[in-house]
Amino acid sequence: MTVSPLLTLDHLVAGYEQPLTAPCSLRLHRGEVVGLHGPNGVGKSTLLNALAGGARIHAGNLERAPDLRLRHLPQRPLRPAEAPLSGHDLLRCMAAESVQPPPRLAAKLNTRIDRLSGGEYQLLCLWTCLGGDADLVLLDEPTNNLDREHTDLAAEEIAAERESRATIVVSHDADFLQQVCTRIIYVVSRGAEP
Amino acid sequence: MTLDPPLDTLFLIPFLTGLPLVMLLPLLGTLLRLREEWLATLGLAHLAGASGLAGMAVGLPVIQGAPLGALLGAAIKSRAGGGNSVYAVMILLGWTLTLLIAANTALGDALAHAVVDGQLYFAGSRELIAAVLVGALGLAALPWLTPRLIRAHLFPQHEIANRLPAWRWHFGFDLLVALAIAVGTATLGLMATFALVFLPAWIAFRRAPNWRRGNWLSAGIGVVSYLLAFAVALWLDQPFGPVLVAVLAISFSISLMLRR
Repeated sequence: MTVSPLLTLDHLVAGYEQPLTAPCSLRLHRGEVVGLHGPNGVGKSTLLNALAGGARIHAGNLERAPDLRLRHLPQRPLRPAEAPLSGHDLLRCMAAESVQPPPRLAAKLNTRIDRLSGGEYQLLCLWTCLGGDADLVLLDEPTNNLDREHTDLAAEEIAAERESRATIVVSHDADFLQQVCTRIIYVVSRGAEP
Repeated sequence: MTLDPPLDTLFLIPFLTGLPLVMLLPLLGTLLRLREEWLATLGLAHLAGASGLAGMAVGLPVIQGAPLGALLGAAIKSRAGGGNSVYAVMILLGWTLTLLIAANTALGDALAHAVVDGQLYFAGSRELIAAVLVGALGLAALPWLTPRLIRAHLFPQHEIANRLPAWRWHFGFDLLVALAIAVGTATLGLMATFALVFLPAWIAFRRAPNWRRGNWLSAGIGVVSYLLAFAVALWLDQPFGPVLVAVLAISFSISLMLRR
């Protein structure tokens, strides 16, 4: 029996006003963690945004499985300067309380998000994507603001939840991608494709 | 004069009219503050005041005229996408219309001031019903709206990525705010309504450890300030709206002095 992919990209070119990425083709199945790696400015984040509906598709096709539940961690998650919102509040709003968070994060869930460190907030936002019932998770630079210890924790959590979903990770950190991904796609700039 | 303020039958309906509003407006204030839309309240209140006055000029009660202006403001806000510039235009438009209607109709400045200052003591069964209905609507809708609005603010890409019908909660919230502010402006007054949206939420944002406690704190400050202001205004024979704003401002000053 053939399992249908969750996501199929067929020569997809993404951008905003103008096309920014080289054509990309990909079939993504549950259980896969695909890394997008490449130099700055080639449009890795733009491609991820296009998959999440936030950037324009200029050419090619994008097919999503019906009723696909998606979580997207942007490169810079929004953070209010002052708000009475705890980590629990955030997880509740994102319906991300179905899986027990890692102990280091769980210990911080009663703290207001405006009083968390940058790394703690990044880890919390990562968990809003991993802790729910998403079929597809898109992570844009999930190791931003994370020290080595937190980065390892993030890798562990992505690996722990791998089988239940498909994940696409954009990162400039090649070691991190090697650590978490089942395959890595090297993204080239528009015009430089073979 | 022997007066037992909240229990005196003459003041019972006005007192009960204000009660649902002073619970609901601070709760809306916490969401408006999170969405950085608190200035919209002042714009909607000005438009509600102007349309309430325009309604009076053609024989409608303020409670029927005010929602028209607020709903118009909500439509402008939704269409223009919000932002301080839009809210500033709403404030200016509302202020201009209020004064021009007052100057060019038989209503006069005194009535225009009454709309701005509030007419709580003149509230009757019509105002009471409007306040109870909007209060009940708000308290029923907020548990559904709140998590969606918080998510939409902090993770705006989530709605697009999952193709969710986000307009339902954004427009629903705008309508709820417009109605609550219209009824608030028509009864408590323009500035008292604005103060109830603005100050308790600000205190809650500074002090509450989480959203639930923030809501309790915000609504609690609204209710306690209202009880105090109602009693003080009657006891000292002062206009209610300014007394309520003063009590809320004192609450805020005290919160600044307390250590976090």
